[in-house]
Amino acid sequence: MSFGDYMLFIVSAILVNNILLAKFLGNCPFLGVSKRMDTATGMSMAVIFVMVMAGMITWLVQYYILVPLNIEYLQTIAFILVIAALVQLVEIVMAKSLPALYRALGIFLPLITTNCAVLGVAIININEEYDFVDTLVFSLASALGYSLALILFAGIRERFMLIKMPKAFQGTSIGLVVAGFLALAFSGFAGLVGGH
Amino acid sequence: MLFEALAIGGLGLASALGLGVAAKVFAVEVDPLVEAVEGALPGANCGGCGFAGCASAALAIASGKAPANICVGGGPEVAVAVSQVMGVEFVYREPDVSQVDCTYSTQIAPLKYKYDGVRDCRAAALLAGGPKMCDIGCLGLGSCVKVCPFGAIQIGSEGLPVVDPSLCTGCGNCEKACPKSIIHLTSVTRRILGFNANYNCLAPCQATCPAQIDIPSYIRAIGEGRYEDAVTIIKEHNPLPLVCGRVCPHPCEDQCRRGKSEEPVNINHLKRFAADYEMNSGKRIQPFCLPKNERKVAIVGGGPAGLSCAYYLARLGYAPTVYEAQPHLGGMLRYGIPEYRLPKKTLDWEIQGILELGVTAKTGMAMGTDFTMESLRQEGYEAIFLGVGCWSSRGMRVEGEDLGGVLPGTDMLIDRGNLKETPVGERVVIIGGGNTAMDCARTCWRLGAKEVTVLYRRTEKEMPANAIEIEEAKHEGIKFHFLAAPTKLVGENGKLTGLQYIKMELGEPDASGRRRPVPIEGSETILECDNVIAAIGQFPNLAFLEEDAAANDLALTKWNTIDANVDAGTTNIPGVFSGGDSVTGAATAVEAIGAGRRAARAMHRYLSGEDAEAPDNWVHGPKELPMVKQTPDAAPAGRPRAKMPELSVADRSGSFVEVELGLTEEMAKAETQRCLQCGLYCYRHKDQPYEAWKWERKDNA
Repeated sequence: MSFGDYMLFIVSAILVNNILLAKFLGNCPFLGVSKRMDTATGMSMAVIFVMVMAGMITWLVQYYILVPLNIEYLQTIAFILVIAALVQLVEIVMAKSLPALYRALGIFLPLITTNCAVLGVAIININEEYDFVDTLVFSLASALGYSLALILFAGIRERFMLIKMPKAFQGTSIGLVVAGFLALAFSGFAGLVGGH
Repeated sequence: MLFEALAIGGLGLASALGLGVAAKVFAVEVDPLVEAVEGALPGANCGGCGFAGCASAALAIASGKAPANICVGGGPEVAVAVSQVMGVEFVYREPDVSQVDCTYSTQIAPLKYKYDGVRDCRAAALLAGGPKMCDIGCLGLGSCVKVCPFGAIQIGSEGLPVVDPSLCTGCGNCEKACPKSIIHLTSVTRRILGFNANYNCLAPCQATCPAQIDIPSYIRAIGEGRYEDAVTIIKEHNPLPLVCGRVCPHPCEDQCRRGKSEEPVNINHLKRFAADYEMNSGKRIQPFCLPKNERKVAIVGGGPAGLSCAYYLARLGYAPTVYEAQPHLGGMLRYGIPEYRLPKKTLDWEIQGILELGVTAKTGMAMGTDFTMESLRQEGYEAIFLGVGCWSSRGMRVEGEDLGGVLPGTDMLIDRGNLKETPVGERVVIIGGGNTAMDCARTCWRLGAKEVTVLYRRTEKEMPANAIEIEEAKHEGIKFHFLAAPTKLVGENGKLTGLQYIKMELGEPDASGRRRPVPIEGSETILECDNVIAAIGQFPNLAFLEEDAAANDLALTKWNTIDANVDAGTTNIPGVFSGGDSVTGAATAVEAIGAGRRAARAMHRYLSGEDAEAPDNWVHGPKELPMVKQTPDAAPAGRPRAKMPELSVADRSGSFVEVELGLTEEMAKAETQRCLQCGLYCYRHKDQPYEAWKWERKDNA
């Protein structure tokens, strides 16, 4: 792929096929940690970190373990296992060697161990038959798209604290309504990149 | 199948091995302190402490960011366990508990706004004050019930929140929710140290009481048969309910809202009923006291001001010592108030209760002769309270005052207090119109004087004595000569034979608003008598100050009283406080008691290194409830005020047996139902008929 193709690929993954708002993966932390901006940014960083790591390791597992052994149908369980172990490993290593980063991301890492967005990106990488570099770029771009949606959403939700909200709409209900509008807004990017 | 299982198993094993190696290589020391603290916490993850779960709370405690007692769910045992882990001493702290009372304000309602449906107090408070006629009072929509995480609050039958103190943990959620501060955290200590603030909506009686007693609460407690609770409530602001229930001129009753349409509630005799209940039950109800801190404080003067100050200092944990010049404690309560109004046995019982709290008494010790301010400081007393009272009688300043048979009023009463006989003749004249004059007159009558006459220079209307005292004196046959002032005392061989007085008429009002008496020239008359007793005023005897190096620059007023801040008792010498008669001039016991408590608060703050001055927004006297001028449909209407049963006049002569006998239980209970419970729910809901909101009364009539 040329540089232009990669740019298109990245824009498509961030805006048009946003993992959260177009594919609707990872909605649980989207609603759960989006009440405050600082937790939303912390979560975003952790997602970027884990998604890239998971994308790479699962690609390696797929093509160096599952395919040679001819057991591709065990993909899901193998990926979950590997991702969970990876995140735990990263957490342990980080706690010792990068305590500052650990304090910033630490509490979010276990939360996204079995996040469907992470697993979803890993499986898309395989289904779309991306090579290793494509996998790296797509994982990073998807994670950025996730972060963008999460931070935008947290910015909106913080403002809810300042207004008078009828009880029926408080909390998750207004969150889902806003998530719907945000998804509609993102669907406006659909014409930007053809083909998907 | 076996192959796949082995493959996945191998993958899992590889991951596990990787994790295990990583855990070993990259092992991080977890602070054992955090683990130990977490083990001591209940693990309920209730979030009441403000941290996200017990683990984060443990981290905060271990790192010193939170105190060892932040756990609100676990109670004192958890706090003790955590303090042991942290190696800090656990000192018992008085628990906070939610209380519903009428010391609220509406000032902070907008700040507490949180939309939680229309049927929520916080919304209702801003919507035209809620569903009440008046914008004060409890809204009763139960937002406090909803926010209480421990289920300690219910809305009771009167539509008011009722707190179960055994469930309340003092988390403060209800206080944060209530837009009017009707429900708020409080503790005994805070109530002892508290002032009634002028932004509080207080019942008029409570605003008037010089001791700031929570009158509606104790009347409610008596009405519900909780007599011990009533005594506890009274003692939060008045350590001498037996005394005050007998001798208080009860200014509260003058402001009672029941009194606007009929006779006021008999507040003072209800207080006496509760106090008598305690004494007659034989079981002393000792109040809550903070742990002892062994700091020494000296109280000079064992009268009502000194006793009150000592009592509250003892409850705050100090070790007060009361120095009294007379052989017994009590001051003017013992040496000024005659036996028939306040029996010495009753007074002794009450004083004994104060001493049992850890107050040391040193009687027969006069300041200036047996000790000085200097010597007190050397003995390690960190603060000194001067409650020396008004013990010197003002002279008549007429010719012949040195004749035998002329007595200062206080001297005669002091002798009676020391059980010394004072011989009086057949005909006695008392000069003065105050309570001391009435006490002298009624005492002389009991001592056998055939003819007792009170001479007063104004009319009965201007007499400062309590109306009941004047009435009782008349019952006992005391004669009154109004508009008469002594001009000369005449005698033979140094012995008094008569008193010459001049008739007066009332002229223009003076500075005090009373019409000034003017002598009528040439109207001098001689009244034959054997004794003249002057009871025309008292002033403090402060001669001891001159000899005392540490005290002789104590500022005095031009009336020769101690120049102290009336609100806090502070004087110009740091660490020296004063209150009661020695500051105000001769006044009532209840004022001295209030001054004693305020001084105890100021001394506590002084000894804690805080500003001792009183808040400038406390209520100094009667205050109208806003928007409530009358008592519409006050139920039960037309029931007469409880009348105190009395000893018959025939039984009183020659005897000092107590005249007032005390209300019976039935009378007291019936009288509590006349109380309107002003402040909390004497206001009608707009949307409810009158019958629905009023306090449920068991109508005995």
